[in-house]
Amino acid sequence: MYKYDHIDSQIVNERVNQYQDQLNRFLKKDLTEEEFRPLRLQNGLYIQRHAPMLRVAIPYGLLSSNQLRTLADIADQFDRGYGHFSTRQNIQFNWPKLEDTPHILRKLAESEMHAIQTSGNCIRNITTDPYAGVTPDEIIDTRYVAEIIRQWSTFHPEFARLPRKFKISISGSKQDRALIKTHDIGLELVQDNTQIFVNIYVGGGLGRTPIIGQLIKEKLPIEDLLTYCESIIRVYNLYGRRDNIYKARIKILVKSLGVEEFTRQVEDDWKDGDNSPNKIDLKEINRIKKFFTAPDYKILTLINFKDNYKNESYFLKWIDRNTRPHKIQGYRSVTISLKGKKQQAPGDILSQQMRDVADLADKYSFGEIRSTHEQNLVLADVEESHLFDIYSQLIESNLAEANIGLITDMICCPGGDFCSLANAKSIPIAKSIEQLFDDYDYLYELGSMTLNISGCMNACGHHHVGNIGILGVDKDGSEWYQVTLGGQQGVDASLGKVIGPSFSAEEIPNVINLVLKTYIEMRLDEELFIECFNRIGIEPFKERVYQH
Amino acid sequence: MKTQLIKNNELINNDWVLIVPEISTENVKKQAGKVVQFKTTGEEIPSHADLEKIILPEGSKALVPLKLYLLKKTELENKYNEIGLWIYSHEEINLFNQLDKDINDFPVVAVMIEKFADGRIFSLGNLIRRKLKYKNDMRALGDILKDQLFFLKRSGFNSFLIKEGRDPIDALKGLNDFTYSYQGILDEPPLWKRR
Repeated sequence: MYKYDHIDSQIVNERVNQYQDQLNRFLKKDLTEEEFRPLRLQNGLYIQRHAPMLRVAIPYGLLSSNQLRTLADIADQFDRGYGHFSTRQNIQFNWPKLEDTPHILRKLAESEMHAIQTSGNCIRNITTDPYAGVTPDEIIDTRYVAEIIRQWSTFHPEFARLPRKFKISISGSKQDRALIKTHDIGLELVQDNTQIFVNIYVGGGLGRTPIIGQLIKEKLPIEDLLTYCESIIRVYNLYGRRDNIYKARIKILVKSLGVEEFTRQVEDDWKDGDNSPNKIDLKEINRIKKFFTAPDYKILTLINFKDNYKNESYFLKWIDRNTRPHKIQGYRSVTISLKGKKQQAPGDILSQQMRDVADLADKYSFGEIRSTHEQNLVLADVEESHLFDIYSQLIESNLAEANIGLITDMICCPGGDFCSLANAKSIPIAKSIEQLFDDYDYLYELGSMTLNISGCMNACGHHHVGNIGILGVDKDGSEWYQVTLGGQQGVDASLGKVIGPSFSAEEIPNVINLVLKTYIEMRLDEELFIECFNRIGIEPFKERVYQH
Repeated sequence: MKTQLIKNNELINNDWVLIVPEISTENVKKQAGKVVQFKTTGEEIPSHADLEKIILPEGSKALVPLKLYLLKKTELENKYNEIGLWIYSHEEINLFNQLDKDINDFPVVAVMIEKFADGRIFSLGNLIRRKLKYKNDMRALGDILKDQLFFLKRSGFNSFLIKEGRDPIDALKGLNDFTYSYQGILDEPPLWKRR
């Protein structure tokens, strides 16, 4: 993974100094609340319901074991002994004290981490496929491109105060696991002979106005990636709305100008890359690429798990759900579930569990961990012969839930328990749905499906792209939940359709139950929930749910 | 010396009279601000009437709104020895094309922001330097605090009128918040060329 040199270190250290000064001026009342707000936000600091919340960047979801231990130490020293992985592959601490934040940032800097641009109206943490570099369907490894974008976007002077937040995601595989079509800019890396090109999608997003991004540039040479992004963001910076935060995202600008006119303005500024000195050269690409070379893989033979572990049925289920093929024979990638009954909330992890995972990474996966936007963790390079040991140790750590891709592997925002924006709580809803699945056989019979929960229309829980989506809404001051069906992420990304009038929190488990029963009754053979939904439409579900 | 003006990394005496129109009503302003950003029709701010109402103050050097200059060029040139131009952050750089002389004939060109969080100023600075090839003193006006200076400097600005009531000596330090920057901008190459 990328290693800081003295320049990177100096940049994050100077950032901490700058922030310390800004905090001091705020505390001395030399800066107003309104002035301090964008400054603290761009350092990941929210003022929440109970306390500030600090969001730490995990660039493109990649962590070293030592960095994870640092996060565990921070959780113990400055928080309540746990952290929460977000849907942008970052980690959040919910209980730090304002005065402690510079100390936390200082500690992060020592471990080559920071909270830069994890919030606020700027270019946010770049996200990508958590299986980059190891997945068999990969065309291009996205990690080095993500690092190039991370550096370019860090304190980009022209884009320091955008109309609204700006999210970039990159995919380099046949399957899109980075949700590029629901990002402000979605980048798809493709290859032609030895040349690398980028397809650029713009104006996708969830939130209040969910829109699927549109392709505005096809086969742009990789060298021009940054200059082209600069033109896109420049047009947005100048003409995006600043009078209404609900209409300030780039998707609204693209929609109001029309994609042709928007693209014309971008091309007009860009003019084959003459707009900026940031044309990437091969030397830089190779310099960054070197940080992401493959580890020393062994030559291994495949293991027949079914025969070798006949009596370990739960382990076999875990293999089936929580591990996936690796591009190198004899290796698999392990996804550690942070969801399930033993978890406080989806995405939460205790400091001791962080240390346990760090130890596993050191022992079995070259000391690296990845975080996923589904709020789980990944050990990407594990020898098959080590899987049983890992599984056994995860049981000890209460992290062996075998539910990846199943309905209990829910995506869920912190919701009204923590977030001051939320209309409704989301964690108790997740917990109440989990209670439906005491019976693991039923859970496995339901097969792969996604359930996403957001506590408000800002859609941090990505409810629009869940096969089942649940959105907290406020009606006359009380909490209600709207259910959508048929959303999907990936290459065939689609947005869920609202099933009908919203429900109370108590009704939700039964509603979900009826939706699932309808699916079980209507499905053909091995049809997945989403396939069944696409065939039969929303009506049968609607009838069943509202029949009484 | 009581001054709020920083130029080329030091505090200097501000001998420029800044002319700022009074905007007639809040309502019109909000509406127009919105539409101007979208490049459709709508009220202009400041309106023609707002510009007509301005009483020119005494002085030798005046920093005037570009639209006022376009409207009252002769009167302004007769009254002042030197004239600088400024635009609002919601205006477009095309407005400079209406000048009947070179932009480099003006010693100062400036951009005004009403709000600290208005980041259009950075892109406008970039365009004024790059597209209009402006070489002289480029100044940031309005809600300008220590915390924008590093970004403004890199976006092509070299002088900054710090908001009244804020310490300009402390603000000066903001110009050097960072020793290194990753990305290139304007004539400054990206860091990787030197790595």
